[in-house]
Amino acid sequence: MRTFRTHFSYEALLELRSSYTCSSVKTDSKFTQQELPACKPILTPKWVISVFVLIGVIFVPIGVASLRASQQVVEIVDRYDDACVPANVTDKLAYIQDKSIQKSCTRTLTVTKDMNQPIFVYYQLDNFYQNHRRYVKSRSDDQLRDKSKAAVTTNCDPEATLNGKPIVPCGLIAWSLFNDTYNLILNNDNLTVDKKDISWKSDREHKFGSDVFPQNFQQGPLIGGKTLDPNVSQLSEQEDLIVWMRTAALPTFRKLYGRIHVDLKVNDTITVHLENNYNTYSFGGKKKLVLSTTTWLGGKNDFLGLAYLTVGGLCFFLAFAFTLLYLIKPRKSGDNNYLSWNRPPVGR
Amino acid sequence: MRWSKLYTFNCFRGHHGDAGADGPSSDGAGAVGGPGFSRVVHCNNPGLQKPLKYPTNYITTTKYNIITFFPKAIFEQFRRVANLYFLLTAILSLTPVCPFSPVSMIAPLAFVVGLSMLKEGLEDWRRFIQDMKVNNRKIAVHKGDGEFMYRHWEELCVGDVVKVEKDQFFPADLLLLSSSYEDGICYVETMNLDGETNLKVKRSLEATLPLEEDESFKDFQAVIRCEDPNPSLYTFTGNFEYERQVFALDPGQILLRDSKLRNTSFIYGVVIFTGHDSKVMQNSTESPSKRSRIEKKMDLIIYILFTVLMLISLISSIGFAVRIKLDLPHWWYLQPQKSNKLDDPSRPALSGIFHLITALILYGYLIPISLYVSIELVKVLQAHFINQDIHMFDEETGNTAQARTSNLNEELGQVHTVLSDKTGTLTCNQMDFLKCSIAGVSYGVGSSEVEIAAAKHMASGYDDHDMPLEDIWEENNEDEIELVEGVTFSDDRLMHGNWTKEPNSSTILLFFRILALCHTAIPETNEATGSIAYEAESPDEGAFLVAAREFGFEFFKRTQSSVFVREKHTSPNGTTEREFKILNLLEFNSKRKRMTVILKDEDGQILLFCKGADSIIFDRLAKNGRVYEVDTTRHLNDYGEAGLRTLALSYRVLEEAEYSSWNAEFLRAKTSIGPDRELQLERVSDLIERELILVGATAVEDKLQKGVPQCIDRLAQAGLKIWVLTGDKMETAINIGYACSLLRQGMKQICLSIPTGDQVAQDAKKSSLTTEQAAKESLLSQIANGSQMVKLEKDPDAAFALVIDGKALAFALEDNMKHMFLNLAIECASVICCRVSPKQKALVTRLVKEGIGQTTLAIGDGANDVGMIQEADIGVGISGVEGMQAVMASDFSISQFRFLERLLVVHGHWCYKRIAQMICYFFYKNIAFGLTIFYFEAFAGFSGQSVYDDWFMLLFNVVLTSLPVISLGVFEQDVSSEICLQFPALYQQGPKNLFFDWYRILGWMGNGLYSSLAIFFLNLCIFYDQAIRAGGQTADMAAVGTTMFTCIIWAVNMQIALTMSHFTWIQHLFVWGSITTWYVFILAYGMTLRSGDNYQILLEVLGPAPIYWAATLLVTAACNIPYLIHISYQRSCNPLDHHVIQEIKYLKKDVEDQTMWKRERSKARQKTKIGFTARVDAKIKQIKGKLHKKGPSLTIHTVS
Repeated sequence: MRTFRTHFSYEALLELRSSYTCSSVKTDSKFTQQELPACKPILTPKWVISVFVLIGVIFVPIGVASLRASQQVVEIVDRYDDACVPANVTDKLAYIQDKSIQKSCTRTLTVTKDMNQPIFVYYQLDNFYQNHRRYVKSRSDDQLRDKSKAAVTTNCDPEATLNGKPIVPCGLIAWSLFNDTYNLILNNDNLTVDKKDISWKSDREHKFGSDVFPQNFQQGPLIGGKTLDPNVSQLSEQEDLIVWMRTAALPTFRKLYGRIHVDLKVNDTITVHLENNYNTYSFGGKKKLVLSTTTWLGGKNDFLGLAYLTVGGLCFFLAFAFTLLYLIKPRKSGDNNYLSWNRPPVGR
Repeated sequence: MRWSKLYTFNCFRGHHGDAGADGPSSDGAGAVGGPGFSRVVHCNNPGLQKPLKYPTNYITTTKYNIITFFPKAIFEQFRRVANLYFLLTAILSLTPVCPFSPVSMIAPLAFVVGLSMLKEGLEDWRRFIQDMKVNNRKIAVHKGDGEFMYRHWEELCVGDVVKVEKDQFFPADLLLLSSSYEDGICYVETMNLDGETNLKVKRSLEATLPLEEDESFKDFQAVIRCEDPNPSLYTFTGNFEYERQVFALDPGQILLRDSKLRNTSFIYGVVIFTGHDSKVMQNSTESPSKRSRIEKKMDLIIYILFTVLMLISLISSIGFAVRIKLDLPHWWYLQPQKSNKLDDPSRPALSGIFHLITALILYGYLIPISLYVSIELVKVLQAHFINQDIHMFDEETGNTAQARTSNLNEELGQVHTVLSDKTGTLTCNQMDFLKCSIAGVSYGVGSSEVEIAAAKHMASGYDDHDMPLEDIWEENNEDEIELVEGVTFSDDRLMHGNWTKEPNSSTILLFFRILALCHTAIPETNEATGSIAYEAESPDEGAFLVAAREFGFEFFKRTQSSVFVREKHTSPNGTTEREFKILNLLEFNSKRKRMTVILKDEDGQILLFCKGADSIIFDRLAKNGRVYEVDTTRHLNDYGEAGLRTLALSYRVLEEAEYSSWNAEFLRAKTSIGPDRELQLERVSDLIERELILVGATAVEDKLQKGVPQCIDRLAQAGLKIWVLTGDKMETAINIGYACSLLRQGMKQICLSIPTGDQVAQDAKKSSLTTEQAAKESLLSQIANGSQMVKLEKDPDAAFALVIDGKALAFALEDNMKHMFLNLAIECASVICCRVSPKQKALVTRLVKEGIGQTTLAIGDGANDVGMIQEADIGVGISGVEGMQAVMASDFSISQFRFLERLLVVHGHWCYKRIAQMICYFFYKNIAFGLTIFYFEAFAGFSGQSVYDDWFMLLFNVVLTSLPVISLGVFEQDVSSEICLQFPALYQQGPKNLFFDWYRILGWMGNGLYSSLAIFFLNLCIFYDQAIRAGGQTADMAAVGTTMFTCIIWAVNMQIALTMSHFTWIQHLFVWGSITTWYVFILAYGMTLRSGDNYQILLEVLGPAPIYWAATLLVTAACNIPYLIHISYQRSCNPLDHHVIQEIKYLKKDVEDQTMWKRERSKARQKTKIGFTARVDAKIKQIKGKLHKKGPSLTIHTVS
């Protein structure tokens, strides 16, 4: 630490002296004397017990409400990555990378409980590191937003340019866009999957330009995921891309695929025709199709409710324990016998 | 005009040519006077002077100038390890290795360093302004043809003739040529140099006396050859070549820069040393920079954190290397085939090493970048509060307490031993003439303060053990005010001329004449009132002169050769003025311990008056001069026991012939040149100062400073050990010890001293050892005996006092003995070292500091305490009447010893707790935050990606969590100041280090670890893969990061709210304001497109999501509940003292149950063996003991 001792300056002494005499009328404010009015809360037994009871009283109902909400959610999860590769294929990787094969696949889902619309369709990927630094960095927000900044591809390596021309949208994130597709059929009727409005509104309106069109996208020697039509698909309407570009925090993640505006009844059977294009086989990631309802709290999440109940319960227990403690080993507040000089020396 | 131009040119050149070199010894003039004596000054002749290129009188005490400020200040900043680390990370942030954007690394560093540099710059600017003020002072300089002109100080050059007027400071070291007095004397106040307030007389050479007006300098030419610049204030060697004659110069003709001309209307002088060459500037030393214990420990913790940082970085980079080697080739979406060397699957080791750097930067949040700057800020504010404290404001001097360094505030709360100077610190250095013994009869009935206090106390006769002593103090204080007024001496036998009726009136007359004549004081007549004040070299002399005046011998005028006294009762014609011609004056010094004047009275009789220490005088008595020796000795002993300072007075009548032969020899010695002049003078003086006739002895009281016994009492109650180090002789020191209650009746005193020369010599002869060895042996056995005595003592209430004198101390401080000595000293309740030199003071301080290993505080007021003040962990200077040397060297200055109590017990206690809690909290919050980043890595393939936005991380330390912790460090109070003072035992929390021990530090770190786990994993589970909104959207990285960050802000701010026990509006504003600021920030940040995925995150994504708020509440509660349990449990089952007192105050029990409150207050004292309370306890015990023995016959005797 720096001292703020001044060097020996004899003049300083004189100055000190004169300033002393000048400042003989001292300001005696409560602030400088450190006597500002203050509240000095003290954890008396009453307070301790009330605080714990209060936390318990707040937390347990929240816990119950969250748990109830979570219980109301109906969720159908179907893992299809293994099942959608024909049984005779041994090298799954080669299979998925083979562009010439039509990779259609049909799955049948049974509704376990009544599901009220809207029902959300998700795809879930596993062991996919969207949060890898190399991946997260590899995008250009300027380019996505602004037509004139198509050339800004600084962070987009190794998917920045093609033959010297910028790729729009550039970077690994866009390049690896998820490209499995689902067609849902309920009792022979096509279930319309509404793919509008699955992304955040602000993203569509501000971050992805309505006049920005794909350029040189997926044209290189390596094709990652989904291709975008350079002529029709303005980026602000590519909601799949917009959702995908919101990188997930964890290697297991779900992303919204679309909505179904039909109520499903228990034991309804849904047939899914899917195109299994996306490569998760090279890194052993699972792919799942998820149909789920939501509540005010979101999806199925028992953890939050349970955590609230645990903390709430713990607080009730603590309130009880402290009550016992105060009863069994009472210490009157402000009991002078507990001052160190009144205690036998062994105590401390 | 031509000359003046040359002057400036010369000065300018000179300054630059010699800047930095410590003297001109290297140039051609070196041959003139040999090494060390090479300076040549051509007086009044700039033409010859110019080529010598001495520096000008320009001084600068700044560290930097405009050009060097940036490089130097930046260099200073990056000498700190932590800053260097941050600089490295900032540089690395420009490379692709860095996980953050460069701005988020550079901005906080620039802020922190910028702030520190700003402070440096401001301080330096202030120094510069101060320098400028000095440099621009005006002084009259001879510019040629006998004309003087005002110039700035800085333009002054060596050889210039200057005219200094009354009450001006000397601009440089000058040779006095002549003064307004025709005999060429002038009076100088040297307070700024050595702290002495008395005036010193300087005398010019006879040869230069005619130069007494401006005109006479027209053709003045002379050459001075003298020593090179050196820091010794009291020596000067040189020759003055004038009119083809060579005169020797001595310090008596040298006027030092920074001292002041007094009582003299003007002087002429020649500049010898300018600017940085002057003695006072040569003396300036930068005080050693001290660091507090807490800070040293904090450094250790930072190193531990560095280790942790290295560890987790290693884990991280190994993880990264493994993932890169095994997994990356399969992660096609990262295009591993196009890797650069930062993540190359074919070279995992290299990538791992690069990643190590990334990780070190990423987890840098474990090391709080803002810790240093926050602590610095907090300490400055704390220091400000210390400076502002009205309770440490001394109305007499108008001085406040000054925290001169801010980095020792918390050390004030951990003091273990106080080492105090005596004179000026415990005592006023104000003497009262109280008693005297003349011709074997003791006069004077006045009581000393000690006796009065004792009598008062006994008269109050209370026996209630539990009653606090404040009431008695107050009574005492009222009394003190009366005592200060007037003359304390009263005895009708001597006053009002009654002495003429005494049997030995002729001796009494001599006694009074010695008082009035044997001194070096100067009378100063106040023109308004006609009263005379004396400027005396020692306060004793002042007391003598005042007393003599009361007796009717008023000294009123001094010329160079005569002293004039107005005598009231000596002649029948009433008041007569008598002139005594001073023939010689043999001055007092600590070696001679006596002073002598030889004078001729109006009858032509030559008298020698000598006063001095009793032992010295008694050795020099004539056979017929010992008439009163026995009685006087007895009286001297009595006075000594009463706490008075004594001197013996004697005289001698000289024959004309004897005198003149001696005087011839004396003059020869006086004019001899060379280093042995002092010795010569001493030898010659010795020849005449013998065959003396004893007249009597004087006793003056050294007045205690206001409130000193009370303060010592309370400090002792607070558990502090007090050592007194004094230059006084053992008897005086013991007396003051009694007065301050450091010693008391019934205390066993262990006195360590070297036996007198004869005894040692005899012992040495017997055991065939050298005298020194014999002395050592004897001391060793004394120490061993003392230790044995302490060890064998059964009575737990027995107290020991150690008194050691300087000679013994010299041996005791030697390596082989010092530990034995220290061990004995620790066992003793009070330690008094007498006759110690300034050097020894420092050595004792070092011994205590290093031997005990606890914090020491040294307090003193004079130049002789500087060593001790600089050596101790904390140096406190008393900014009283004595000069500012001690203050300049000190870390804190107070104007009265009694303020030490408040400084330590209130401010020390507060600052210690504040800083301790603040540092602990800092580590907590940075661990809680930093580790979440690490955990996330495990889920991001150790890739170095942070879950938080760069800006969040940047603002975390600088904005979002800094103000609450600063308010904790500045405003926290566990108990109010009154309670700190009422319960001195609370102070022991500091020396015991209850708030910054490893248990507590690790506890806080554990808390941080727990919080980080809770924050991260709770959020992870809540946001795992499910929708977070009724609209089905899932959480992305921005949502998770922002939620986690919200939780952190809440958790750490709630934590500090739980830590604080004192909420003013400021704390409320800062704590809740920080949380609000976070929401305001995220709203505002969400408005800008730069925020990336955080665009509109609160408004659109998280705000409407109940799960976000639910998560915040859950995590905040989960983080803080364990701490809440801890403090609740601690308070209920194992409360600390301040907890209980807080509760008593809170429940207003102190108002309801006054007796309990008072009783606790008196119990809250450490069991002390020293101090007034202990003295009272001992007394009560003694009285009770007597009651047992004697029954009801006891009468409580009061001491007269």
